[in-house]
Amino acid sequence: MFSKLTVALTLAAAFLMPSAAFAADEAAASPAVPGVDEIVNMTNQASYYQGSDGRAKVHMTITDEQGRAREREFVILRWDAPEAGSDVAKKDQTFTGGQKFYVYFERPADVNKMAFLVWKHLDKSDDRWLYLPALDLVKRIAASDKRTSFVGSSFFYEDVSGRHIDEDTHELVKVTGDYYVLKNTPKDPDSVEFAYYEMYVHKKTFVVVETDYYDKQGQKYRTYKAEKVETIDGYPTVTKSSMTDTKNGSKTEMDYSEVKYNLDIPEDVFTERYLRQLPYEFLR
Amino acid sequence: MRKISVIATAALMAMAMCIGAAWAADEGPSLPTGLGDSGGPALPGGLEEESGPPLPIGMEGEATPTKSEAAGSGKRKLSEVLGLSGFWDIRAGIRTQRDRHEQQASLAETRLQLESQKRIGPVTSKVVTDFLYDGLADSRKIDLETGQGWMDLREANISWSPFSFADVKVGRQILTWGTGDLVFINDLFPKDYVSFFAGRDEAYLKAPSDAIKTSIFTDAVNVDIIYTPVFDSDRYITGRRMSYYNAMLGEAAGRNAIMQADVPNEWFNDSEWAARVYRNVSGYELAAYGYWGYWKSPGGMDAATGKATFPRLSVYGASARGQFARGIGNVEAGYYDSREDRAGGDPNVSNSEFRFLLGYEQDLKQISRDLTIGMQYYLEWMQDYDAYRSALPAGMPEADEYRHVVTLRLTKLLMNQNLRLSVFTFYSPSDGDVYMRPNLSYKMNDHWTFVAGGNVFFGESEETFFGQFADNTNVYCGLRYGF
Repeated sequence: MFSKLTVALTLAAAFLMPSAAFAADEAAASPAVPGVDEIVNMTNQASYYQGSDGRAKVHMTITDEQGRAREREFVILRWDAPEAGSDVAKKDQTFTGGQKFYVYFERPADVNKMAFLVWKHLDKSDDRWLYLPALDLVKRIAASDKRTSFVGSSFFYEDVSGRHIDEDTHELVKVTGDYYVLKNTPKDPDSVEFAYYEMYVHKKTFVVVETDYYDKQGQKYRTYKAEKVETIDGYPTVTKSSMTDTKNGSKTEMDYSEVKYNLDIPEDVFTERYLRQLPYEFLR
Repeated sequence: MRKISVIATAALMAMAMCIGAAWAADEGPSLPTGLGDSGGPALPGGLEEESGPPLPIGMEGEATPTKSEAAGSGKRKLSEVLGLSGFWDIRAGIRTQRDRHEQQASLAETRLQLESQKRIGPVTSKVVTDFLYDGLADSRKIDLETGQGWMDLREANISWSPFSFADVKVGRQILTWGTGDLVFINDLFPKDYVSFFAGRDEAYLKAPSDAIKTSIFTDAVNVDIIYTPVFDSDRYITGRRMSYYNAMLGEAAGRNAIMQADVPNEWFNDSEWAARVYRNVSGYELAAYGYWGYWKSPGGMDAATGKATFPRLSVYGASARGQFARGIGNVEAGYYDSREDRAGGDPNVSNSEFRFLLGYEQDLKQISRDLTIGMQYYLEWMQDYDAYRSALPAGMPEADEYRHVVTLRLTKLLMNQNLRLSVFTFYSPSDGDVYMRPNLSYKMNDHWTFVAGGNVFFGESEETFFGQFADNTNVYCGLRYGF
C-alpha cells in the first residue's frame, strides 16, 4: 500500500515541477524543438540580420513619467560584413557577424541633418562617429558603455544594434504553444544593470515578441514588446515595438516604415564621405 | 489504506492539474499583430482596416508583401515642403566685473536662422542665413566677411559628385578637420573667437569659408583639396567687443584702441590652399595635412602703420585617432612655417612653431551613466627662440619658448538626456592662466531649449593668452526655438 502511495506522490511531484520536467522532456525528446544554441542563433539572425542589408524610417515617441512626449525621426541603414576570410560578398543565412549602421536624423530640430555612424564589432568596442553639420565636424564618440540610452529614449544602444550572444549564458526554460522562452544570464554581471532577462521567441519566425529584464532583487523593471509584425520582402519584420522602463517611468515606441531589404548598399556609404555628403539614394 | 491512497492520489492529481492549468495560462505574452494565428488576440481598432490582414507567418510566397507607410508620411509640414528649417534664438550676457574699455553687457542679441537644402537632379544646394539684431553692434551694415550687420550668411553652396569617386562643393561653407576638441592645429579654416568667448552657440566658433572643396576617394587614400580664392581670416579679438592686451600700449585695451589690420584681400593673389590625405585603417583614422596661406589671426605688425598683419604661413602636419584603452585616443602635430620670418629674428612677424596635441576621451560608466571625460595636452613650441629673444624690442613682454596647455572636459547628461551639463577647462601651467566654459543646456521639449553658461578667464598676468581676457569674464543665458 505504502509503495503505491509513494509512486503516486512521486508522479504528482513530477507534475509539481512542470517547467523543468516539461522543458527537459520537450527539448530532449521532441525533434521539433531545436537546441538552445540554435534558437539563440536563429533569434539573433531574425532580430538583427534579415536580408543582406536593410533600410527603415523610424518614428520614435518617448514618453516620460509625467506623460510628456518627445519625438524622434530618423532613417537607419544597415550593412552586414562578409564572413571573415571569405571573398564572397554575400553572407549566408546563418551570418551573425560585424555590421555597420548609418543613422540620419530628421527630427527634432536640434538634431536635424545630423548623421551617426556605427561600426559594430563582435570582438571589441564599436566605433561610433557623429557628424554635426553646423560645424562640419566628424566627432568620434567614446562607446564603451552600450547600455546607455539611445537618443534619450528607453532603448539602449545595445537594444538597437544587438547584444552579442556570447555575453550571456542561455537556457531554454519553457516551451509554450507559440514560444521558446529563453533565460539569458550575463557572464559579467558587473558590466550590466540587469541580473537576467527572459525572451519570448516566436517559434515559427524566431521573432522576439517580448523581453523582460530583471534586476538583482528579481524584480522585472524593463520590458520590450514587439507590437506589430509585417512580412516585408519575405522577412518577418517588427514594424512597431516598445520599451517600458518602470525604474524611470519612461516608455518609448518605435514605428518602422518604408522598410526595405537587399538594397545592395555599398560599404562605402558607411564612411566619413557620406557623413558629409548624404547618400540620398538610400535615405529617400 | 487503499481508500486513503486513492484519495491522496486523486487530491494530488487535482493539485497537479490546477497547477498545470495555472501554468498553461502563463504561456507568455499574447502574439503581436502580424504573428497571430487564427484565434489570436484581437487587433487594435483601426489597424486592420488600414494595413490589411497580416500575412500568415511562414508564408513562403512573396505575392503580396505588406509595406508599412503609416508613420511620418502623409502629414508633411510646410517647412518640409519648402525644405526650410532653422531656429530662433535670443541671448543675453553680462560681464561679472567692470571692464573700463568695454560695455557691461557682453551679449544682447536675437537671431533667426533659416536653412534651405534642396536637391535638384544630381546637385544639392544649401543656404543657411542668420538674420540678427545685435544690440551691441556698432553698425547694422552687412559685412559678409566679418559677419557684422543684420545678416550673416553662414552657408551658400552647391555640391555634386562629378564622378563616382569624387565630390565637389563650391561656395560659402563651414569647413572642419583635425582631431582636437576646441584645439586646432591643422584646421586652419576661419574661427570666430568673438562668438566663442561671448557665449554664442558653439557652432559659431566656426566662421564660413568661401571656397571650392574637391574630394577624391580611392581604395588607398582619400584626398581633400580646398582652394580659397581670397584669404578668409579668423574673426579675431579687435577690442571692439572684448578687451585684450595691447603690446604697443603695454596694457589692456579695448574700444580705446581697436586693432586695425591689413588683411590680404586680393582675389586669386591672396588665396589659400589646404589639403588633407586620409585613410581609415580598421577604425583608426590616419591623416596628413598641408596648408599654404597666412596666419589666420594677426601674426605680425606693420612697424610703419602700427596695423596688424597676416604674414605668410605654411603648415604641415599629421594626426591619428582611434580606440585606445577604454576610450578614444588622438594625437596630432603640425609644423607652422612662418615664411616671412624663417630665421626668427623679425620682431614684427610671428616665429615658426611646432604644435603638438595628445587627447583621450572616455565614458565613466563605473561612476555614472552618461558621464564623459575628455583630456588633452597641447604644446606650442616656438622655433628660433634665441633669435626671437635677441630681436625683441626692450619693454615688450617676452613669450615662453614652450606654451603648455592642458584641457579637461566633463559632460553629464541627465533627465533622459534632456539636461546636459558640461565644463570645459583650459589651463596653461606655463602661462599661469585659465579659461573655463561651464554650460547648461535643457531641452524643454522638441522645440524649446534653454541654455546658460559662462566664460571665465583668469591669469597671473594680463599679457598671457587667456589672462588678457580676465575683464571679459561673463555669464549668459538664452532661449532657442527650433523648427
